[in-house]
Amino acid sequence: MKTKIFYSSLIAFFCILFFIFYKGLQNTNIYTPNLETHDKDIPNFNAKIFSQKDKVVSSNEIFNNDKFYLLNIWASWCMPCRDEHPFLINLSNQNNLEIVGLNYKDNNKNAKFFLEKLTNPYKTIISDKEGLIAIEWGAYGVPESFLINKKKIIKRFIGPLNKDSLFEIKSIIK
Amino acid sequence: MASLIGFYSLIFGLCLSLIIVFFSIKNFRNSSIFDKKIISLTFFQFFFVSLSFFGLIFSFINSDFSNETVFNHSHTTKPLFYKISGTWGNHEGSLLLWLLVLTLFIFLFLLKTKKQTKQYRNLTLLIQQIIIIGFFIFLIKTSSPFNYIFPVPMEGLGLNPILQDPALAIHPPILYLGYVGSSIIFSSTLAATSLNYISKEWAKHIKKWVLVSWIFLTLGILLGSIWAYYELGWGGFWFWDPVENVSLMPWLALTTLFHCILILEKRLILTSWVIILSISTFTLSMCGTFLVRSGILNSVHTFANDPERGLFILIFLFGLIFLSIFIFLFFHKSDEKNYNFFWLSKETSILINNWFMMYFLTVILIGTLYPIFLEVISSEKISVGPPFYNKLIIPFLIPFLFVMAIGPKLKWINSDLENKFFLVLFLIISILISYFIIKNFNGDFLINTILLSSAFYLFFSTSKDFLVRGFKNLSQNLAHFGFSLLILSILLNNIFSTEIITNLKIGETFQSEKIKINFESIKSKNIKNYDVIIGKFNIKNLNNNIEVLKPELRIYNQPNIVTSEADIKTNLFTDKFMTMNLVQNQDYFNIRYQNKPFMIWIWLSVLLISFGGIISLFNKRNEN
Amino acid sequence: MKFLKYIIILLFVFKFNVSMASDNDLQLKITKNLRCLICQGQSVYDSDSEFANSLKLLIEMKLNEGLTEKQIYEFLKNKYGEWILYDPEFNKNTYFLWLLPILMFLIGGAIMFKIFIIKKN
Repeated sequence: MKTKIFYSSLIAFFCILFFIFYKGLQNTNIYTPNLETHDKDIPNFNAKIFSQKDKVVSSNEIFNNDKFYLLNIWASWCMPCRDEHPFLINLSNQNNLEIVGLNYKDNNKNAKFFLEKLTNPYKTIISDKEGLIAIEWGAYGVPESFLINKKKIIKRFIGPLNKDSLFEIKSIIK
Repeated sequence: MASLIGFYSLIFGLCLSLIIVFFSIKNFRNSSIFDKKIISLTFFQFFFVSLSFFGLIFSFINSDFSNETVFNHSHTTKPLFYKISGTWGNHEGSLLLWLLVLTLFIFLFLLKTKKQTKQYRNLTLLIQQIIIIGFFIFLIKTSSPFNYIFPVPMEGLGLNPILQDPALAIHPPILYLGYVGSSIIFSSTLAATSLNYISKEWAKHIKKWVLVSWIFLTLGILLGSIWAYYELGWGGFWFWDPVENVSLMPWLALTTLFHCILILEKRLILTSWVIILSISTFTLSMCGTFLVRSGILNSVHTFANDPERGLFILIFLFGLIFLSIFIFLFFHKSDEKNYNFFWLSKETSILINNWFMMYFLTVILIGTLYPIFLEVISSEKISVGPPFYNKLIIPFLIPFLFVMAIGPKLKWINSDLENKFFLVLFLIISILISYFIIKNFNGDFLINTILLSSAFYLFFSTSKDFLVRGFKNLSQNLAHFGFSLLILSILLNNIFSTEIITNLKIGETFQSEKIKINFESIKSKNIKNYDVIIGKFNIKNLNNNIEVLKPELRIYNQPNIVTSEADIKTNLFTDKFMTMNLVQNQDYFNIRYQNKPFMIWIWLSVLLISFGGIISLFNKRNEN
Repeated sequence: MKFLKYIIILLFVFKFNVSMASDNDLQLKITKNLRCLICQGQSVYDSDSEFANSLKLLIEMKLNEGLTEKQIYEFLKNKYGEWILYDPEFNKNTYFLWLLPILMFLIGGAIMFKIFIIKKN
């Protein structure tokens, strides 16, 4: 009797092990932070305005209006940023949406050239030479975008924006 | 053409497997002597798999890009050496190598076991063929190295630059000899169990095979560490990365198994335990293959992964596990022997060794697998890294080292401690030395002192054995001495490593109280498959000794990847290690300078350990 | 006593090497315990990605602001999730992770004791 219980529990143990490995195979092994933002408050920070000397602005000043904001983290050296640029241009025509650029670890000259060539979709651009403001937002790569309303993050996009995310943003702000 | 030959050889090898199984079953049932034909058949199987392997090597040398594997992992401008090593630097090729070793081992096994009974040899062969067939199907079905692409590309995608390193070129073959060697232990143990063949003679014969795979596994792990140290540019040699853990687990199991077999050989006790260990050694190797190849874990060294492959190995792995559970439960008659030994005896010390080794194994196993479990059960993701392993392993290392120092001095069955004077003297000396070292240089006081004392203690008692006993028990002394040296150098290395991380422009100088680093110049050069930027640094220490270090940045052409190549100046006491890295959009370089004492002793001590194994393998009258 | 002599020589050697231990040890320790989100197999310390470089800078700043090691971990855990910590916290998710190995050690010891000590008598 005792041995029978032992045998069956041994076999059950390995069956469970198999099941867990089998399930585990279907999960991706790449970690992305939780995309559910749960209407998190936006972080507080002070940042320099892009290509203007010594002009510092605080997060409260940027996001103070009662409309939607899209914070877009970009850099001229980032290739996927070029792919998402047309979508940003498209969004810049929306009335109740203001696009804020966060220029990530970039060189001013290259960034200006990038905007001149591809046109500028941003109302305001803040510059983040050290990448520290991006960390405040919980971002870790370029490009990344945050949709903001009433000083809360309502949606986060990791990686370049695409048709689906464009559609999603438009349906949210309507 | 070579690919075609390779592919058909594989198919042929698989067919031979079936033929071997057929003859072997026939031989098992009918005749009374072992059929010589079977040995030739296994040789042919080995021959065809090597033909297929050389076919792949040939395609790599020729840069035959109509072969998908070659296209994905090679490039015409690569040096010949890395074209060849690229053969096993990828999933498909490395599996072919794995299969090659499998067939080689069973062939050698049949050659070397002429004295064993027919039934035992046949059954081992059968179980081994099950494994071989599994791998054949896996290779042909999910990861064939001979897929054809059309139109034929002009140029290949190239080999990942970090794999272009001499240590890594020979690391996989050596490591696989170790992993796969354990398959022979697995099959022969299962065969011996089902035939009730386990005896002192069997233990003596299987000990050799345990030793062989243990030696190769040890060397394989060593090469992997050396590669990480020289190539990855972090100045570390062990990261508790899943891939490393996966190689360490079978090693721990093998080491335990080896010690247990010593008892089995002498006393014929603990048979169940030996069987369980033999089974788990190979199961752990397979489990490692599953974890690495399926991409279920996130590690630095992931192969291109594909869930289908993972599923295949998973089913195969559990098939083997259930087979061995079945054989173990139904055929093994547990030995109700009397374990009559005194608490102070060699048996006890080996058992305690087993106990600790199994604990270390459990820590690593749980640490590696836990994130998978947690994600499946609660879909939360966590990381288990070095701090976890350090916290759980290091405290247990202390009693382990003490037992290891005293254990080998004990006799079988009943023993008394001789030379108590020396034991106590060494203990006092060790504690004093450690106390002085730690007191003068470090903050983490207590644990370091005790740890270092125990390492010194083992060091002294094994060194004394050398002097007193001379060549008697040389292999064991050597391995244990090597281990003490390993622990000692790792500890000292950990405690006394220092580093400076700073940003420097060309011409600038970093200065602290102790050291001055001057970034003199950079120089660029073109080499066949990469461009290189060589920095020149002058390092001046307190005594005004100037050392010149020249770390490199390499920009590989295909794939287009920048790697940084460390410059390492090694001497007996310390390594000076320097890397430089580009920083995005800045005109300065990120410089990392490390001073790592006793690095070379870490490599040497592992060599000593495996050398102990080699001596024991070749020593015929050995070990009393 | 040959060894003692050898050790004394070693001690002298250390005097020159070791003394460089600098104030940024804590910063290095923290970066070693954080996992990089870009190259996911590496720690922030090992990685040279842009993200890791920024994080190193951030940690330096936070330390200068007077935050403790724990507070920094907490800050980053809020931003990026528990995954970023290499040293898993002891909470309901990780009870088994921390306790199971030790439990196994005790069980192993008990089995050994039962078989070899008790049975003998």
